[in-house]
Amino acid sequence: MTRFLSLTALILWLMCLSAAAGTLTIYTYESFVTDWGPGPKIKSNFEKQCGCTVKFVAIQDGVAILNRLKLEGASTAADVVLGLDTNLVAEAKALKLFAPHGLDPAGHSAPGWTDDVFMPYDYGHFAFVYDSDSLKKPPESLAELVEGGAKEKIIIEDPRTSTPGLGLLLWMKVVFGDRASEAWKTLRPRILTVTPGWSEAYGLFTKGEAPMVLSYTTSPAYHMIEEKTDRYKAAKFSEGHYVQIEVAGMIQSSKNQKLARKFMDFMLQPGFQDVIPTSNWMWPAGKTSKPLPKAFDLLIKPEKSLMLDPETVARNRKAWTDEWLNATSQ
Amino acid sequence: MAQRDEPVDGHRTAIVAAWVVTFAIAAIAVVPLLRLATSFDSPGAMSLFEPYILGILRFTLMQATLSAVLSAALAIPVARALAKRQHFPGRELLLKLFAVPLGLPQLIAVLGIISVYGKEGLLNDLLAAAALPLLPAVFGLKGILLAHVFFNFPMAVRFLLARLETVPQENWRLAASLGFRPVDYFRHLEWPNMRLALPGVFSLIFMLCVTSFTIVLTLGGGPQATTLEVAIYQALRFDFDPALAARLAGLQIALCALLLLLLQRFSVSVATPPRLRISVMRPDGDDSHGRLFDALAILLGGLFVAMPIGAVLSDGLGADFGRLLGDQTLWRAAGWSTVIALTAALLATTAAATLAQAIARSDARRASVFRLAGNLVLLIPPLILAAGAFLIVHQNFDPQKSALFAVIIINAMMALPFALPVLEPAFRTSFETHERLAASLGMRGFSRFRLIEWPTLKPSFALAFLATVLISLGEFGVIAFFGSERLITLPLLLYQRIGSYRFNDAAGVALILLLLCLALSLLIERKMLFATRPPA
Repeated sequence: MTRFLSLTALILWLMCLSAAAGTLTIYTYESFVTDWGPGPKIKSNFEKQCGCTVKFVAIQDGVAILNRLKLEGASTAADVVLGLDTNLVAEAKALKLFAPHGLDPAGHSAPGWTDDVFMPYDYGHFAFVYDSDSLKKPPESLAELVEGGAKEKIIIEDPRTSTPGLGLLLWMKVVFGDRASEAWKTLRPRILTVTPGWSEAYGLFTKGEAPMVLSYTTSPAYHMIEEKTDRYKAAKFSEGHYVQIEVAGMIQSSKNQKLARKFMDFMLQPGFQDVIPTSNWMWPAGKTSKPLPKAFDLLIKPEKSLMLDPETVARNRKAWTDEWLNATSQ
Repeated sequence: MAQRDEPVDGHRTAIVAAWVVTFAIAAIAVVPLLRLATSFDSPGAMSLFEPYILGILRFTLMQATLSAVLSAALAIPVARALAKRQHFPGRELLLKLFAVPLGLPQLIAVLGIISVYGKEGLLNDLLAAAALPLLPAVFGLKGILLAHVFFNFPMAVRFLLARLETVPQENWRLAASLGFRPVDYFRHLEWPNMRLALPGVFSLIFMLCVTSFTIVLTLGGGPQATTLEVAIYQALRFDFDPALAARLAGLQIALCALLLLLLQRFSVSVATPPRLRISVMRPDGDDSHGRLFDALAILLGGLFVAMPIGAVLSDGLGADFGRLLGDQTLWRAAGWSTVIALTAALLATTAAATLAQAIARSDARRASVFRLAGNLVLLIPPLILAAGAFLIVHQNFDPQKSALFAVIIINAMMALPFALPVLEPAFRTSFETHERLAASLGMRGFSRFRLIEWPTLKPSFALAFLATVLISLGEFGVIAFFGSERLITLPLLLYQRIGSYRFNDAAGVALILLLLCLALSLLIERKMLFATRPPA
């Protein structure tokens, strides 16, 4: 065992001696770089312009990217970090690893966001997606969902472990404010189960366990385009929908500042944005060269985008999670 | 007795080797934990003994105890029946199926269970067709127990059955000539042998359920169903408080160590010598009510395991295999899965054998140190192992390049506890049976192992190796941390596809993973078991 270990260490050390040069290293989440994700096309589009090599480092999800940065500190290999959402921005800034992007902070179409460090590249709204075969009259507001009784169950995600779960927590907070705790208590009998992540929730939903699941307004576009069915729809709520904005930032200590800035600029051009809608299943935050596929016209458009500023979220997340725990446990 | 307290010369190597393994485990498991705990300031948001944690603790222990008791209790009649009925059509296939749940990612098992017991599941379809009342929803404690028993009961059956099959032919014959009734068989032959394996099996299941995460949250029905593992995950991921995560893991380890030590008091030795596993004829197979009972036990146990697996299979058949099989990524994932699982299993089985051999040659106190070393890895959450290992690797090596080694080593560590409950009783009986013979022949060390012990230990090795291969095949937590475009496994690929809505593809990948599990178990048990068979 020990001999094996020292041998392993030796091999690893030898491998490290061969370091790569002249490449832009981008930390992002896994589904971004998979074959059917936006990564491969964006990589080749950008490489054509810059004459450089793009190297994606895929990390599980936004939270894991942030944690990776915390583990690595200033010695991080990243030049650009792509895939944090706005709720993580306050913590990311506190690391003091990021440099201002130097672009026009308002030069994008994501709702309610201007920041000189983190630039949005796409956004989406949380929504309850329902199965129109089994649910004929979906709720028309969050209040209606809360008070609707236990007959039509919903599946939600856990705010302690997932981004959509945190999204719903904040959505409830914005709409109900101090009464959020009571609202959760009223909603409780309607909750079939609280899953650790989106995958489990959506899996149970498509198996028919419950007619409604917490997901995104864009989810039905996937089913329409890839599965040619309009069975799954998102319920439009009159209070508005909580928005999730995905952002990217440049690392201060990077030796590829110029290249990184070039990429940040490219991020809002059609070469990047064209790829987003049908591979990341989110709304583009910049110009596309052609109109979006027709399925996107059929999606609900929230009247109002709800969002809390990152500092407020960072400050209150723990207390609000506890409030949620108390209201929904037992 | 004195002989066992002071190792005689030939045993020294075995003991020293076990200490080396123990320290290696401590180094790989505990060092990252400490490193993580001390590298970052704790925001101090949560203390260890606030009501939230205590509530979680209560629930964790309660569901784990229930799950382990249920799984083990149900396994006893089924293992007994399978041991008694050596020849019925489909027996081999059934045993292979019983190994499969070990290799399934939790999410897939949950979806399989939902396909059978869910609102629109198979059973409800049947009930509706028969105009009977439908099943209640599977969420809550019953859902958790259902899933845990599905995962662990078949493993318990395989482990107990392995013990029963080492009881030599003469004992059954002798019992028959003494006119044993079924209850006497149970009391004098079956129970003492199963009892040797039960504490190990029970503690393995208990620990697995303590650390259960996806199943507990997904099927639990709400945050009242939360395990310590969830709190650890939350502390490490969302709150990024590694110190708290490490403290919680410490609490989990301490509690379970206590339980393991308690259980060891029940671990008694029996002196039934194992023999070559030649097809066993059971003279007690003839009584008619026993036959009915056994048939029922095998049928129900088999259906319970086979139905969700069948659901995963039939879901998978709907995938577009033309496209899926043409995808390079799938083949890369299948390749890495196999390589990682086989390498990790080899390491794990070797380490477990080293420990088991030393346990057989140790007094109770030293045995429990080795046993703890082999078990406790399971209680350190994979995320902590991975994050800690990452921290160490990152500061010294390129994490992208060393990922494969980290994954294999952590996988081997996590698989080790699955090999130990099989190998430990096997080594103990083998030691007790052969000690005198070996001493009289003056055989020691490796030649003793190869010539005297190996032939009888072979089936146990096959099962231990199989269990460790399967558990590594289904592993997701560590690969999720270290995986990349290049380094991908089937479970990672599966979760990625689901993450982009591609449930159909994921079902296809699950089917392929399942077939890989079956193929490997067929291969491993064929190769290792049938090679020992004397030519007909």
